[in-house]
Amino acid sequence: MPEPIALSVAEVRLRLGGRSVLDGLSLTAAFAAVTAVLGPNGAGKTTLIRCCTGLLRPDSGTISVLGSAPGSAAANDRIGLMPQSAGAWSGVRPGELLTYLAALYVTPLPVTELSAALGIDAFADTPYRRLSGGQQQLVNLAGAVVGRPELVFLDEPTAGLDPHMRHRVWDLVAGLRDAGVAIVLTTHSMEEAEHLADQVVMLDAGRGVASGTVAELTGGSTTLEARFLQLTRPERE
Amino acid sequence: MSALDLRPAAAAAPRTGRIVRHALLEARLVVRNGEQLLLALVIPLALIVGQAFLGGRLGIDANSFVPSVIALGLWSTGFTSLAITTAFERRYGVLERLAATPLRPIDLLLGKALAMVALAVGQAVVLGIAGLLAGWTPRPEGWQYLVVVATVPLALIAFASAALALSGRGSAELTLGLANLIYLIGAAAGVLVPPSLFPGWLQPILSWLPTTALADALRDWAAGAVDAGPVLVTLLWSIAGLLLARKAFRWTS
Repeated sequence: MPEPIALSVAEVRLRLGGRSVLDGLSLTAAFAAVTAVLGPNGAGKTTLIRCCTGLLRPDSGTISVLGSAPGSAAANDRIGLMPQSAGAWSGVRPGELLTYLAALYVTPLPVTELSAALGIDAFADTPYRRLSGGQQQLVNLAGAVVGRPELVFLDEPTAGLDPHMRHRVWDLVAGLRDAGVAIVLTTHSMEEAEHLADQVVMLDAGRGVASGTVAELTGGSTTLEARFLQLTRPERE
Repeated sequence: MSALDLRPAAAAAPRTGRIVRHALLEARLVVRNGEQLLLALVIPLALIVGQAFLGGRLGIDANSFVPSVIALGLWSTGFTSLAITTAFERRYGVLERLAATPLRPIDLLLGKALAMVALAVGQAVVLGIAGLLAGWTPRPEGWQYLVVVATVPLALIAFASAALALSGRGSAELTLGLANLIYLIGAAAGVLVPPSLFPGWLQPILSWLPTTALADALRDWAAGAVDAGPVLVTLLWSIAGLLLARKAFRWTS
């Protein structure tokens, strides 16, 4: 039996450059579910992911990734990450990058089929730097899932995508959830959270200010965006 | 998405395979990069060809110049190319992405080292053949083979660790500028121009540079001389470089 909870973050605090970036943050992410993390710019969403992948070490609090410490081999072998920024060599070709990433795993997804599913095959031989922002996003998403992870972190997976590409990504995320994968995604899109999320966590200034299903957060009488504006403040200087 | 079996089945591939795949990708990216190819092969080949045509009139001896050019190629591969590549890997978030894969930090470093060694060997072979075709006639003595076999890897370790220290702390732009500047200084001060051509007070300082030590070892090998001094120099620089890189290197920018 796998652990019911894929990710557990408890009372995590982290200061960077003299500023509190995570301030007692707690959340969990379950298997076969999409956990959407919402928050204004600078709320700590990307920092949270960096702590979960072991790139940053919290000053206090605990994080358990698939029952292991963040950054440990036991955790890193079983997670996938789609970073917010590029995440690829400028001269690498998408097909080449995905084949390389797949080779790091024993039983990866077939690169050809994955590329076809996301429409990457149309530009598989184009250097990464010549791809549009949306095409780069799709390659990054494919790279995050090619190893057949148990837990995937998607940092703003649909930012800047056109509606066709966005729906392609949503289909993949829904497919991952149906297959039992735990998905943690950050987004600024309320539509995306409403469409995909089984659980929503709202962050403000490094703290969790609300969590629950979309229905629980809106109470049937307001919108998710209205609730978000009510609970969070604009990015601080 | 129905054609894809998305059920989780994550497991790391064996370490050797991970390292080799990383080395192959890095080597391919370097070979495809025009600027790096320019430093690694085009400029050194142009120098050898230039020497063949003009060396006699300028008083440049092929027997010391060709090993100097081979040292220059190794210097660019071990330091300049690696520093620039790694700095942009940090800038583009490549290292952040790879941190969440089965590729361990030590796999990444060994993969980089393997790619660098493969490129350096290829470079030395191509430049050596070009030199022989241009009239180079090395006359090595037995013991100097050992000096070269020890000095070349030690020099590459020293260059690579300096490259990682620089690229692991500075911005991509700063690393790009500094790596090229340091490359030119190293090339002029002891690699292409032997220390014996500099003022007397400067010669001992230049002789203690790892770049000069590498070039001296290759020049001595080609000239039939034996001098183990470069082994000590490159050993000290490689130890210092590794300590510095360990302290300075950061995975993310």
